Amino acid sequence: MRFTKIAFITTSFLLLFSLLSTQHIHASEAGHDEHEAPTKAFKPGDMIISHIVDSYEWHIANIGHTHISVPLPVILYDKNQWHVFMSSKFKHGQEAYLGYEIAKEGAQKGKIVRFEADGTAVLPYDFSITKNVFAVFVSSFLLIVIFLSVAKSYRKTKKHAPKGFQSIAEVAILFVRDEIALATIGKKHYERFAPYLLTIFFFIFFNNLLGLIPVFPFGANITGNIAVTGVLSLFTFGMILISGNKNYWAHIFNTPGVPWWLKLPLPLMPIIELVGVVTKPFVLMIRLFANITAGHIIILGFISLIFVFGKTSLAAGYGMSVLSITMSVFLYFLELLVAFIQAYVFTLLSSIFLGMAVEEHHHEEHETHHS
Amino acid sequence: MELVNPGLGLIFWMIVVFSAVLFILKKFAWPSILQSLKDREQHIEEALHLADVTHEEMKKLKLDNEVLLKEAKEEREAIMNEARKIREKLIEDAKQKANAEADRIVESARVQIENERKAALMDIKNQIADISIEIAEKILREKLQTPKDHEQYIQRVIDSKQLN
Repeated sequence: MRFTKIAFITTSFLLLFSLLSTQHIHASEAGHDEHEAPTKAFKPGDMIISHIVDSYEWHIANIGHTHISVPLPVILYDKNQWHVFMSSKFKHGQEAYLGYEIAKEGAQKGKIVRFEADGTAVLPYDFSITKNVFAVFVSSFLLIVIFLSVAKSYRKTKKHAPKGFQSIAEVAILFVRDEIALATIGKKHYERFAPYLLTIFFFIFFNNLLGLIPVFPFGANITGNIAVTGVLSLFTFGMILISGNKNYWAHIFNTPGVPWWLKLPLPLMPIIELVGVVTKPFVLMIRLFANITAGHIIILGFISLIFVFGKTSLAAGYGMSVLSITMSVFLYFLELLVAFIQAYVFTLLSSIFLGMAVEEHHHEEHETHHS
Repeated sequence: MELVNPGLGLIFWMIVVFSAVLFILKKFAWPSILQSLKDREQHIEEALHLADVTHEEMKKLKLDNEVLLKEAKEEREAIMNEARKIREKLIEDAKQKANAEADRIVESARVQIENERKAALMDIKNQIADISIEIAEKILREKLQTPKDHEQYIQRVIDSKQLN
């Protein structure tokens, strides 16, 4: 019973998603026809990018020529002055307000800029509650509410079997604790890092899943945003730097088992090791961002195919929609898997790096063998 | 480029929000969850261990019981044997004692009878002797009334002595 219900909900989401997409695309076509060059065709690339990047308003649908979107607050600090206003003042990016506007092209495309007299774009300090910020608020609120209630039920059930949602959470919690933290860090230190690892795992997993639900206030491409993944990997980086023990730093600056001339006078090994320290979190950032973004792009690409074919003939569009929707559904299931796998991989790698940072000294044996 | 151009605001809010999430969950959710899990695991571990120990003890107890039972049986057997032996010995002793007593009684009776008989015989002998002497006296008195008779008798006694 429950499974069929979930299946029903998923299907409805999928249908709604495709519906929203179609409306948006139709509308944007209409918009292009009206405001800009009338010959401009539907550009799948632009549509896809506009769906996966951050924005100052939460666009829901276009019906006819009316944009349906939720305006979000814009907070700017520029020239020693704070500006707070709703993003609806920009009229969906068409107009400027107080000298600020959303850049339509250039290096800062999509960001709020102020154009100087000579035409150069200047970025104000922009603390706006954008679509992604708002989505992070929502998902974090959910995450906190859910896990506080899970903690509460743990306090209630004590030493007895878990109940209800607690049972689902427990599977994941035990997975992170035993298969990730304990397996990679070891018995001695894993308890210290388990809370952090659990938090990043569920944060990423939640946002991955919520990013797949295409209705407001979900469906923002949070974990496919480089700023979000960057901050997450920054936390891991910070954790590594804070918890790195003497042995870890010795390994970087005075790598054991390496000929001295690789360290002096040119510190070749320390440089390589230091680069390694920085690349680890960098790779974490890129991997999560690229995987989630790629998934969204592929699904949107299949949806776009309908309209690309629909341009040539109506029949081709309808015909293509069958294939596209089938493929999208398939990819959605794949994305559900990816949502878990990427959360797992990010947490696992963070855990491995943390494990390396707190690893106990055990090179003495090798050294005596070498000498 | 839009895709890989992180927004300052998003980075700022993300740091704020994630720190808050991390702080709240680390403070209020994870400790009780992880502690409960640990407690429960320990509880289960202990329960299993206790079950094992109890099982082992039960086994031992059963074995002990069997041994005890066997020992008790053996002891009962031994006691029975002992009792039987004692009984037999008692009977034997009693028999022997009875026999001995009977023998002794018979013996003493015999001795007494013998004594009585000897005494009676002695008595009879004495009486016979007395009577004989009396008779002899009377006879002698009748025969030795003359001095010739005395001399004859004396001569005869002396002869008989010489003959001896």
